[in-house]
Amino acid sequence: MPDTPDYSWPAPEKRRVIGKRQSRLDGAEKASGRAKYSYDLNRPGMLYAVILTCPHAHARLTTLDTSAAEKSKGVASIELMAKPGEEIQYAGYEMVAVAAETEDQARDAIRKIKVEYEVLPHFVNEADLKSAGTNAKPSGEQTAGDPDQAFKDADAVSEGTYGVPIINHSCLEAHGQVIEWKGEALHYWPSTQGVSVLGGDLAKMLSIPATSVHTHMDYVGGGFGSKFSPDRWGPACANLSKKAGGRPVKLFLDRATELIIAGNRPSYFAKIKLGAKKDGTLTVWQSDSWGTGGFGGVTMPPLPYVYRNVPNRRLTHTSVSTNSAQQKAWRAPNNPQASYLTCCAMEDMAAKLNMDPVEFFTKNANYTNTPEVYSGQLAKAAELAEWKRNWHPRGQSGNGTVKRGLGLGVCTWFGLGHASNCRTIIHPDGSVAVELGSQDLGTGTRTVIAMVAAETLGLPVRAITLNIGDNKYPESGPSGGSTTVGGVSASTRKSTMNALLKLYEVAATALGTTPDQLEAADGKIQVKGTPARSLTWAAACRKLGTKTITEMGVNNQRGPGGLIGGGVGGVQMADVSVDTETGIVRMNRMVAVQDCGLVINPKTAESQVFGACIMSICAALTEEKIYDSQTGRVLNPDMEFYKLAGIGDIGDVVVYLNTEPEFDKRGVIGLGEPPTVGGLAAIGNAVANAIGVRVPMIPMTSNRVLAALEGRSA
Amino acid sequence: MSSTKHSGFSRRGFMRGVGLGGAVGTGLLEGAAEAQQTATKLAGPGAVPITLQVNGKPYQLTVEPRVTLLDVLRDHLDLTGAKKVCDRGACGSCTVMVAGKAVYSCNVLAIEAQGKDIETIESLSAEGKRDPLIAAFVDNDAQQCGFCTPGFVMATKAFLAEHPHPTEEQVKEGLGGNICRCGTYVGMRKAVLQAARQGGSHA
Repeated sequence: MPDTPDYSWPAPEKRRVIGKRQSRLDGAEKASGRAKYSYDLNRPGMLYAVILTCPHAHARLTTLDTSAAEKSKGVASIELMAKPGEEIQYAGYEMVAVAAETEDQARDAIRKIKVEYEVLPHFVNEADLKSAGTNAKPSGEQTAGDPDQAFKDADAVSEGTYGVPIINHSCLEAHGQVIEWKGEALHYWPSTQGVSVLGGDLAKMLSIPATSVHTHMDYVGGGFGSKFSPDRWGPACANLSKKAGGRPVKLFLDRATELIIAGNRPSYFAKIKLGAKKDGTLTVWQSDSWGTGGFGGVTMPPLPYVYRNVPNRRLTHTSVSTNSAQQKAWRAPNNPQASYLTCCAMEDMAAKLNMDPVEFFTKNANYTNTPEVYSGQLAKAAELAEWKRNWHPRGQSGNGTVKRGLGLGVCTWFGLGHASNCRTIIHPDGSVAVELGSQDLGTGTRTVIAMVAAETLGLPVRAITLNIGDNKYPESGPSGGSTTVGGVSASTRKSTMNALLKLYEVAATALGTTPDQLEAADGKIQVKGTPARSLTWAAACRKLGTKTITEMGVNNQRGPGGLIGGGVGGVQMADVSVDTETGIVRMNRMVAVQDCGLVINPKTAESQVFGACIMSICAALTEEKIYDSQTGRVLNPDMEFYKLAGIGDIGDVVVYLNTEPEFDKRGVIGLGEPPTVGGLAAIGNAVANAIGVRVPMIPMTSNRVLAALEGRSA
Repeated sequence: MSSTKHSGFSRRGFMRGVGLGGAVGTGLLEGAAEAQQTATKLAGPGAVPITLQVNGKPYQLTVEPRVTLLDVLRDHLDLTGAKKVCDRGACGSCTVMVAGKAVYSCNVLAIEAQGKDIETIESLSAEGKRDPLIAAFVDNDAQQCGFCTPGFVMATKAFLAEHPHPTEEQVKEGLGGNICRCGTYVGMRKAVLQAARQGGSHA
């Protein structure tokens, strides 16, 4: 097509909106409590639903009697979510949902349900692979080069076992929804990462046409990969509403259920053996990994991580099925675990060689797909972490009881952009609507879309009326894989550009020129470089008469297509102090150097990286879903004992975004996920550096740190 | 409000209470003390009429005595800025002020909150005004998903009433009773210090 418009991003010096530090557009709505999340909706006549869950990790349901619950005060409808005879595979599985006039009444009714189980043997703790028996399924071996010969030839060999337990998404807005039937139409207010697609998924589960479902969501209180499906509570809520004559039903999981079943990140463990030359060149990688993603087991993590091209490799993996809730995608699925396993093993090798790990990771950067990116980032991160001044060889952290240590980890992510359709409408009165069925997870998507539209149309950001969060708008992909900013920025750029070109056609006549001679800048349509020959935006739009301009823009696949890119690198460094008497690890500082292409809004982009770093601090220091071997139940389904870091627990966080021209020219790349990845290893390595011994498993609790110091296993 | 702002409330004591007792927050401690004084007064288990003074307005309601202040605010008054997250005094997302003190409203029964001024996050943006506290959170991007943010703003209001000129170290300690999952603490520290420079909440 010879007439394809030039959608490319303006050169850096020409950007008026993109690249500026824009405060998020919905910030005041959210901070003032006016923003309505789906959990906040109060529909007229609404019922409250509660779920009864199975207390056993493995059982067969024998009796389910809801007759007393049906008569309980306030009960409007009951939905069975399991059938007698059914085999239940994990504690927390949903058995019955009850809708009543108040939440307390629904809870009263739940307590009156008679359930009996035949309890079956269970298995929940996979850290010790030997205990897994038939739950462990070997799933293949990969080899490259000649690992046996390489180990014989190596100057140094290092071995270790490392592990990352199951953790939770722990979204503050629980999973759930409000559903209301009006005749054959179903109104669906979920808490989701996929507004455009979720209604269709629910329709399929209910065997109704997708066109019957209207989905709407303005805000979502956290997803992190766990909110892509209607889940089992979606159809249950729909059926409760239907049975109650279509009355709206609010069903959100209580905190315990949320923490037990609404999102498991797979565990990964590995025995890793490395060989290297005296000069620090890594020559061989061998890993035997295992882990669980719940009843379905889990595939091999991407090992060796980032340093993919070690010439000699042997990898085996064992998938372990456990009686725990199924895995859900967790912010950069499997990458944080793989980074931890890889970077800890590499740091142990560096210590064995008496090498500075920054030097060791840099020396082997040729094994990565972008050696120059990682080498540059390692140097930059070392500068920001004051590595040369603060790092000491492992265990040489002075004679005091509090030991300081530094460590590093690396990340990568593919990025690119999901499929996205955007519609721009320019009205004769000059108002502009931009519409797409996307969602803002708190990443700043609203703000980014409006900034792209404003940049293209030469208008202030606040002049754009942005409509998202509804499946009546053009379909835009679910927010996963850090693909949202790529998808929506490309579709918005194209849609607004297409609309602007239509406006140029009208304005050109009035300005006595041709459309190709026009530009939009500072609220005007003007002859390029000649602001004197211009129409104000409003005057140009008045020329439309009674017509509106409606134009689409499409990002139709994950490919780069000029506007967006992928394949980023990043380095995290941690600076910790460890009290060797109490085993308590304190964060002094975390540094993140992240490659992320063209940055539309540095303000919210930096927030993403700060948040990702803090999430990795939580995973490294406090987060673990603890299963009781005896009962198979989760022991800490609450926020006292499933611990997240507070404002005083994170030390200082220093973020550096690679926005140099060679990165900027790659286009827009999402960065929600990659900076979550490297912090686990960075902290693990910093602790080893501080105390002189490896703490094999995260989180680095007092118990594990003291155990490592005493030479026992925690 | 200014007369009740400088109360004996100590955020540190608040934290100790939570840390030691698990689900025990100031709301319950306060309620327990009051229950001793009025040990002979029994209410319920059926619904009882109550009057709550919320954001300067009286509300007459009929609720069961077991219903929390949080559930009344959210389900009866449609004041949903206070969020229900842990529902047991561990996360701070439901923070409101009762008689000038920050409390976890999930740990206060609605009947206990009678006769006291209850201030919710909605009081900070009444009639279209924009409180400097909210502006500080927006300016410093001290939020992402935003679900914890109203609780943090209310905790900040109470904290600044007690510590009008805090150090960053005091901020780290003083806001330790709230949890953010997105990890917005870096912006929050700046926001609280900015709000302090501007004299705290004007509400």
